[in-house]
Amino acid sequence: MRHNPEEAQRHQKSESGIPAFEAPENPDFPFRLLSRMIHFVLLISRQGKVRLTKWYSPYSQKERTKVIRELGGVILSRGPKLCNFVDWRGFKVVYKRYASLYFCMCIDQDDNELEVLEIIHHFVEILDRYFGSVCELDLIFNFHKAYYILDELLLAGELQESSKKTVARLIAAQDSLVETAKEQASSISNIIAQATK
Amino acid sequence: MGSQGGFYQSKEFLDLVKSIGEARSKAEEDRIVLSEIETLKRRISEPDIPKRKMKEYILRLVYIEMLGHDASFGYIHAVKMTHDDSLLVKRTGYLAVTLFLNEDHDLIILIVNTIQKDLKSDNYLVVCAALNAVCKLINEETIPAVLPQVVELLGHPKEAVRKKAIMALHRFYQKSPSSVSHLISNFRKRLCDNDPGVMGATLCPLFDLIAQDVNSYKDLVISFVSILKQVAERRLSKAYDYHQMPAPFIQIKLLKILALLGSGDKQASETMYTVVGDIFKKCDSSSNIGNAVLYECICCVSSIYPNTKLLDSAADAISRFLKSDSHNLKYMGIDALGRLIKISPEIAEQHQLAVIDCLEDPDDTLKRKTFELLYKMTKSTNVEVIVDRMIGYMISINDNHYKTEIASRCVELAEQFAPSNQWFIQTMNKVFEHAGDLVNIKIAHNLMRLIAEGFGEDDDNADSKLRSSAVESYLHILGEPKLPSVFLQVICWVLGEYGTADGMFSASDVTGKLCDVAEAYSSNETVKAYAVTALMKIYAFEIAAGRKVDMLPECQSLMEELLASHSTDLQQRAYELQAVIGLDVHAVECIMPLDASCEDIEVDKGLSFLDGYIQEAIEKGAQPYIPESERSGLINMGNFRNQNHHESLHGLRFEAYELPKPAESAEPEPMYPRETYQTPVSPIPSNPSDAGSAELKLRLDGVQQKWGRPTYTPETSTSNSTSQKSVNGASAVNSTREAYASRKPQVEISHEKQKLAASLFGGTSKPEKRPATGHKVSKASSHMVEKSHVPNSSMEVAPEKAAPAQPPPDLLDLGEPTATSTAPSLDPFKQLEGLLDTTQDALAANSATTASRSPDVMALLYADTPIGIHNKDDADLLSGLSNPSVTNMAGATARPRLSQSSSKGSNPKDSLEKDALVRQMGVNPSSQNPNMFKDLLG
Repeated sequence: MRHNPEEAQRHQKSESGIPAFEAPENPDFPFRLLSRMIHFVLLISRQGKVRLTKWYSPYSQKERTKVIRELGGVILSRGPKLCNFVDWRGFKVVYKRYASLYFCMCIDQDDNELEVLEIIHHFVEILDRYFGSVCELDLIFNFHKAYYILDELLLAGELQESSKKTVARLIAAQDSLVETAKEQASSISNIIAQATK
Repeated sequence: MGSQGGFYQSKEFLDLVKSIGEARSKAEEDRIVLSEIETLKRRISEPDIPKRKMKEYILRLVYIEMLGHDASFGYIHAVKMTHDDSLLVKRTGYLAVTLFLNEDHDLIILIVNTIQKDLKSDNYLVVCAALNAVCKLINEETIPAVLPQVVELLGHPKEAVRKKAIMALHRFYQKSPSSVSHLISNFRKRLCDNDPGVMGATLCPLFDLIAQDVNSYKDLVISFVSILKQVAERRLSKAYDYHQMPAPFIQIKLLKILALLGSGDKQASETMYTVVGDIFKKCDSSSNIGNAVLYECICCVSSIYPNTKLLDSAADAISRFLKSDSHNLKYMGIDALGRLIKISPEIAEQHQLAVIDCLEDPDDTLKRKTFELLYKMTKSTNVEVIVDRMIGYMISINDNHYKTEIASRCVELAEQFAPSNQWFIQTMNKVFEHAGDLVNIKIAHNLMRLIAEGFGEDDDNADSKLRSSAVESYLHILGEPKLPSVFLQVICWVLGEYGTADGMFSASDVTGKLCDVAEAYSSNETVKAYAVTALMKIYAFEIAAGRKVDMLPECQSLMEELLASHSTDLQQRAYELQAVIGLDVHAVECIMPLDASCEDIEVDKGLSFLDGYIQEAIEKGAQPYIPESERSGLINMGNFRNQNHHESLHGLRFEAYELPKPAESAEPEPMYPRETYQTPVSPIPSNPSDAGSAELKLRLDGVQQKWGRPTYTPETSTSNSTSQKSVNGASAVNSTREAYASRKPQVEISHEKQKLAASLFGGTSKPEKRPATGHKVSKASSHMVEKSHVPNSSMEVAPEKAAPAQPPPDLLDLGEPTATSTAPSLDPFKQLEGLLDTTQDALAANSATTASRSPDVMALLYADTPIGIHNKDDADLLSGLSNPSVTNMAGATARPRLSQSSSKGSNPKDSLEKDALVRQMGVNPSSQNPNMFKDLLG
């Protein structure tokens, strides 16, 4: 989590020259740029299928595929009684299985793993409240909603809101606004239609 | 409530998801996705697509990109979508761009304008969506474009907006600290926001800021402590409760901050003791979140200025973690132990058996954490056992990343604590053999240096013993197939220098082996070069010793091959070898003196051997050389020029030209005509150039200096062990008392484990610790006494005995050691209870005073800004925090809800309805994973 001014400088350099950013062979590379709590969130099914991915540190598409493949292999093959943490390239991946779905978050070495485990659970509880006893299918078909919820929970890799109620209220507000926007649009078009009759 | 809002996508999309769900192989999935990409490419570029359709296309793009395919063809459409007026569409657009684009993407410039506009929107949801995008997409160059608006939003009436604005500002700070350095006071101000969510979010940037510069934030210690106190006392709104804990995530963040602020600061730490002690007591150790907070408390306690009472609580918490059945808690316990032993090293001893169990656990994660702990507690007494274990583990894993790490740790420990040369060489051999290609080349150089120079003592006998043991082990190891290149280089070098030095091995033995190496690794030129040079040395030593040199036939054929090698380096080495063999004894002694690697190379900086030549040239009319510094007009720049000039003296330059500097233009002086430079004299400065000599010496200086047994290690180890003893003496009294208190019958602990424990933990306190516990154990402990008092030299035997002696059944008695170690945990509780009365009184008094005092303090803190506003803010915060409705009721009401949700989770009716709905949509649940219908929380 510690922020290093030197790293920030390196970051500046790599940004001014665009091609310098291409370092696909070294997946550790993007991590060094910015310090943050959570580097990425992955939802993988028991069959290894990706249900949701959110990257808070920059990764190329190639690296993302590699990360998912590697971690999927490691996490899915772990027994049920082992710890919910895995070492991975100098980072920690905290995962938890809910029914057939694995929720994984990648954090720094010195972060509090138990806390992250609870952040995962917090997320699942919010999903559960939103979808009403959430199951994997909900997330498969409404992955964008899961993203909206995640965006209210985590921002830039940090926990932004720890109150379930607040998150639920915001999501509901967005949903209802979408609804009213639709109604308004139809009523306005009705008015226009009537006026132009 | 939300699920009915779903499933509104078109049949096409549902079919896509369904067919991917049913794909039997990755190849099949890829085929489906590729055809989907084709469809989308075609559709998305059609003109006049209705917004609703477009929105779906974009979501389909998100989907295929999530599956690992490239959807970059559609990025621009996602960008366009953010421009839309309708929030519904805009939100999808923002979601897609934050998922698609990294902050360095070219398209970002097209979004900045929209973001600017949206940040000014009247609708706070639009602003929220834009702020989400700001956090992900705004890079250093575009920060100034949105910064004013983001700062303005810090005062937005909606707390959600303020929260996100804080997070955005935090991101700006991370990306480019200078761009927001003038705005840092905003973070302090927001700490007093009356919304706990905003306050919680503000802790993230403050943590970063404090981590960088602790001293500027010492004034906030009191505020943090009072906030933490209020949080722990359930003064926050019930909405922040999580599993009956009051705002645990905020507590954790605050503890992290306090750990930073209290580190090495006694005064600041003292203000924290009460509240941290409180939290220790209040944490519910049966819930996971309670343990998370406990763990953070331990981290905090081990970071701030030590306090005995808190250390005791921390030690209790650790022992509860370690005794738990949960692997997660064991893991956290080991980690916490690693933090605490820095302050109180004796604590590890209480838990030795638990630690050993973790070390032998089949769970890799736990094992690695335990190795980390062992690494932290390595001393000269237990280094052999620990390093031996580490190497054993290193050999067994395939993960290169971790292998490298553990290999370098082994080397580090071996260098610091090695009890004997022999052991050091053997350890290094093992490390190189199994991870040679992963370790830093410096380590190899260091090893060669050690073998050449010995331990720096004037005991030549010991040094030559070290060398011959190295040679012997290397000749043995060369029989193994596939050695890493770095290791082979070390072997070749050592064999070349010392292969025949002690007369144990004949030149033909050693040269034969070297030829084998060159042949077996014929594709590796570096190794070959090392081998050829080693051959040359051995032949030279033979000649110098007056023996007749018989070149082995395989050696001759190797030479023939190398004389015609494509590599000029190898060719040159081969020719040199040929030339050396032809010389007489005297000449060979001059070129290849025995054991010359330790001699310092003296550089004749004055190049005096050229004097005659120069004299001759001057007599012939050449101009004498004038050092640059003495040339007129350049005196001032002398230093400056020396710096960048010496490189150009060496001829070819491979770097690009530097930008012209003022000194360069002043160079050609009319007094010195061109011819001067062309005479053979001029390129050789008669005055020494410092740079040249420095470069020549580099080879010797760059090597790590860590190996220094006579100076460093003995000191630390002795001081360690003495301090250890005294502390142990104290703790031992405790533990015997505890042992009496325990009524549980002692279960016999496996002999091997005890041995291992004794060798790991030094066993200094063992004899006092165990005697009361029973007959069997006391027997074992007497064994340990023996063990622990064995002098170092015989300790070498211990690793061999202890390491392989872990029969698999041992792994199964995980439960055993808890029986012995439950005893200590009982007593401290009693102690705590005794303390409770006094502390509680103090607490009550404290809470009363802080409540009334803190507004003043806060006002003082922000004296630089208008006081009126702040007073109000503070009052708000306090009124928000001091919500009296929060009592134990919260816990009581929360419980039924939870159980409700769990019963709801297993409700089959719900799942059935969903199933029916899905079928209706034309998606049949694939029989292979009915789990998909299972509630996640069920």
